[in-house]
Amino acid sequence: MKPIHIEEVQKILETFENQDLYFHLETTSGAYAAQDKEKLAVGAYIRNGSLRFSNVKMAGSGPFRVGFKLNEGWMYAEGITDYQLDDGRLLMAGHDSSGRLAVAVQLSYTPFD
Amino acid sequence: MMEKQVLVVFPHPDDEAFGTAGVMTKFVNEGVPVTYACATLGEMGRNMGNPFFATRETLPEVRRKELKDACQVMGVDDLRMLGFRDKTLEFEDPELLVSTIGKLIDELQPSLIITFYPGYGIHPDHDACAAAVIETVKRIPKEKRPTVYTLPITPDREAVLGKPDKVFDVTDVLETKIKTIEAHRSQTEAMVARLEDGSLDPNSEIMTFIKQESFWIYRFDE
Repeated sequence: MKPIHIEEVQKILETFENQDLYFHLETTSGAYAAQDKEKLAVGAYIRNGSLRFSNVKMAGSGPFRVGFKLNEGWMYAEGITDYQLDDGRLLMAGHDSSGRLAVAVQLSYTPFD
Repeated sequence: MMEKQVLVVFPHPDDEAFGTAGVMTKFVNEGVPVTYACATLGEMGRNMGNPFFATRETLPEVRRKELKDACQVMGVDDLRMLGFRDKTLEFEDPELLVSTIGKLIDELQPSLIITFYPGYGIHPDHDACAAAVIETVKRIPKEKRPTVYTLPITPDREAVLGKPDKVFDVTDVLETKIKTIEAHRSQTEAMVARLEDGSLDPNSEIMTFIKQESFWIYRFDE
């Protein structure tokens, strides 16, 4: 993966507009977070959900936010730092300073394994 | 420690490394067949490295290789990857878990099973995996049941469950155990760095913890 270059990623995102896609959306604090009683372990995950969006926009000055205007709703994620285009799939993720994944947004024309 | 066949059931690659790699190695060295059934590939792990060595999509392959390497280090030649997905075990159909573990038990006829202690696993996958193992063994007629060594890992374990029933000193296989921990590089790198640069005092809490493996024998009250 490499650091987000906002114009470049915006262009890639737009190639996915108005098409049937599979998406992966995930956010996590890690299951052990609650061991520290001050913290709430949080996380959400959807893999191979179906998605079609008419508009997409990356925002912020880094870490970045990405928002998708869906046919009948919205989806967004915050904290995105890195991306990778592989085999036509767009993988975006937010990593903390020690390289741990905290959020992921991925788009693909075919289901993820 | 004479056993006929040992079956270790954990949900993630590296779950075996800290709590039971030493005992697994000891069994292997004694000629006891050891099977490690790992329910998932830990594909939801968060550590992607700095610089990155994996993405969410490549992590399963990284973990698969590390798991195989770890087994090779311990001399465990029967590794079963059960194909469940990380962080989903508690949401799976419990009967699917029970039948998967049940088939393994039928095939291997283990005299000893090692798993987490249900409810004392901290991670939901640990609890769900252990609960499935206990449920599977419960359904075996009393006289045919294997012994089950469980690993509770919550800090209150001794306060609630009492002292462990079995404590193994694994100092004699410590080098192998540390190599097993190292094999799970994507999860243990930071700790291994501390082991290697000598900053870990041999008498430190973590080294004392690594040198001893403690188990609670599960009581099937009926």
